[in-house]
Amino acid sequence: MSYKIYQVNEALREFVPREIIDLEEKATWGNPKRGVMDLPYAKELIEEHSLCAGCPESMAFRYILASLPNPEDTIIVNSTGCTSLVFPHIALHTVHSLFGNQNAVASGIKRVLEWRFPEKVKDVVVLAGDGATVDIGLDCTLQSFFRQEKITTICFDNEVYANTGGQESGSTVKGHVFKMAPKGKQFEKVPMWQLAIDAGCHYVARLTVSSPKRVEQVVKKAIYVAREVGPTYIHLYTPCILEIGLNSDDGLEESRARDKERFAFFEYATPEAQEVINRKKEEGLL
Amino acid sequence: MTQVSTEKVIYNRAGQRVVSPNYLLFEAPRTKHFMTGSEAVKEAVKRSSVDASVSYPITPQSEAAHLIGELWVEGYVGVYFRGESEFGVMSEIAGCAMAGARCITTTSGPGTLRAMENFPMWAGTRIPVQLVLMARGINSPLSIQPDNLEVSFLLDTGCMIWYAENAQDLFDMIIAGFVVAEKPEVHVPLITVVDGFFVSHTREAVMLPPDDIALPPYDPYKAPMPVIDAEVPPGRFLRDPFVMKSNYISYATHASWQFEVRAAIERSRPYAKHYLRGLIEEFGDPEAEIVFVACGTAAAQSKEAVRLLEDEGIKAKVVKLKTIRPFPVEELVNATKNAKTIFVPEFNVVGWLEREVRRYLYKRSDADIIGTPRVAGGMTMPPEVIVKEVLKILGKEVKHVI
Repeated sequence: MSYKIYQVNEALREFVPREIIDLEEKATWGNPKRGVMDLPYAKELIEEHSLCAGCPESMAFRYILASLPNPEDTIIVNSTGCTSLVFPHIALHTVHSLFGNQNAVASGIKRVLEWRFPEKVKDVVVLAGDGATVDIGLDCTLQSFFRQEKITTICFDNEVYANTGGQESGSTVKGHVFKMAPKGKQFEKVPMWQLAIDAGCHYVARLTVSSPKRVEQVVKKAIYVAREVGPTYIHLYTPCILEIGLNSDDGLEESRARDKERFAFFEYATPEAQEVINRKKEEGLL
Repeated sequence: MTQVSTEKVIYNRAGQRVVSPNYLLFEAPRTKHFMTGSEAVKEAVKRSSVDASVSYPITPQSEAAHLIGELWVEGYVGVYFRGESEFGVMSEIAGCAMAGARCITTTSGPGTLRAMENFPMWAGTRIPVQLVLMARGINSPLSIQPDNLEVSFLLDTGCMIWYAENAQDLFDMIIAGFVVAEKPEVHVPLITVVDGFFVSHTREAVMLPPDDIALPPYDPYKAPMPVIDAEVPPGRFLRDPFVMKSNYISYATHASWQFEVRAAIERSRPYAKHYLRGLIEEFGDPEAEIVFVACGTAAAQSKEAVRLLEDEGIKAKVVKLKTIRPFPVEELVNATKNAKTIFVPEFNVVGWLEREVRRYLYKRSDADIIGTPRVAGGMTMPPEVIVKEVLKILGKEVKHVI
């Protein structure tokens, strides 16, 4: 069991920071039923976060990490952007290499781990922003779907390049004024969830992070389907409250407002994916 | 009396007997084969216990990439697929290496430039990926012909760069390359360069050891960075994302990391010297005052020029550079101590090797350094052209040569 790698060396225990000892003693390992309901009691796999106060992306991170069914054998691949500031705080194996190549790196990791450890389940999950997923990395993202890579891709869509100071992205809604779109964006928001379906993803969901339990369900379904069938995609609304002029306590209300319109909950599953989902429900894992 | 062997025979995943790098490279009996440079790549990969390769078509490296695919079908390579572009391929192979695989890939010319952002990332990630670069011209105008301008862009990526002269060199360098690049104190990527077409597509005699023996498999747990496989404690669990913050600790970290990558290349010297039988090769009159410093096909043509010059009664020698990074500076200084004139023949328009030679010989040689002849865009470099340049510069009559 790989979670043994989080066990602290006895000889060093007195020198090891508390949060690392907590990871061994209080985090949930080896329990696929772990979920967001553990958040108040268990040690989280994310140690504080380096995002702005009240950033909905931090909620997304916490819910996703709490929902991974197999964290002790999960590799997380990320890309450049606000999200890349958070990765050093995550207790799992994470990779940042370049901006936009996350699905390519994840493909290589997944294929080699399947070859090196045929008897083990190793989940590979991509977490990246909309710039990385939809713009600069669109080629690598879609191509990994075409190739049917068994990875889960989660896009944190804040509809803007936030980390570089608020520039228009492909995910920005038409007409919105951002930097580099001083007359307002001239074309429609890229429907990435639809592209994911057309490119061959077996499970696709679009949602906000207003409901932690729903995020948990979606993440677990996406990971279980990716393990057995093929690529899965989750499109999460994580608004940049800073760039759209909201206060740090407005993130949840903003998410709830979008629940009723362009981020209304949408879910798609192929028959093969549905079979996995039904089976996991019967096993009590969903 | 029966002899009891105390040595345990180990087989790799392809069923080949695992032998030491020294045995494979220096001791195993060899037989003569007739093959192209691309086929020599296949033969080297076949004996290297390679775990993963990702490919993408571009002339002239495509055939080498196809042949690695055949090895995958035959079970000699663990993971193989075609990526979406060279940018994607170099990221995919990086993922393979991070997950603990011995990796090789190939590219050429425009593909190298398309992939460019990945090479410093490979070095910074300390993955010992081997890239076989079959040099060709870069655009524009479009050219698929041999030209090694692309190498000048790679000099400061933090990757080791070796340069093979012919198919035999390429075969031996690929095998030696894995061994050197994977040393824990080195553990940086290696770009093994060969001139496209001149070597990739030309058949020549290559001496090969048997194909039922192979290098010991890569042990990722000897890497200086944690393998991304969730079998070892994660290396990036930090209390602070210091590398991305605007403070002096983060600046110092980034700077020292880059120095460390270059230091790792320096640490490869003794290993490369052993497995390549020296970082340079000398050919011709050891005391000659006319010296050609060259790599790849330019070195091969210079050797022919040395023979022609001998007919003219002029003593000359070739110093063939096998490694460009690390640059064999002491070897070069030593090999050129009698030189009065150093010619640097090259297959590119900028003369990147001439710049390197000038830089490293600065104040260490009194010789005139002349960046000629220089051809590009697919032009060949007949030895007669080299001789003509030499005779012209020496102020001698040009009579016997074209």
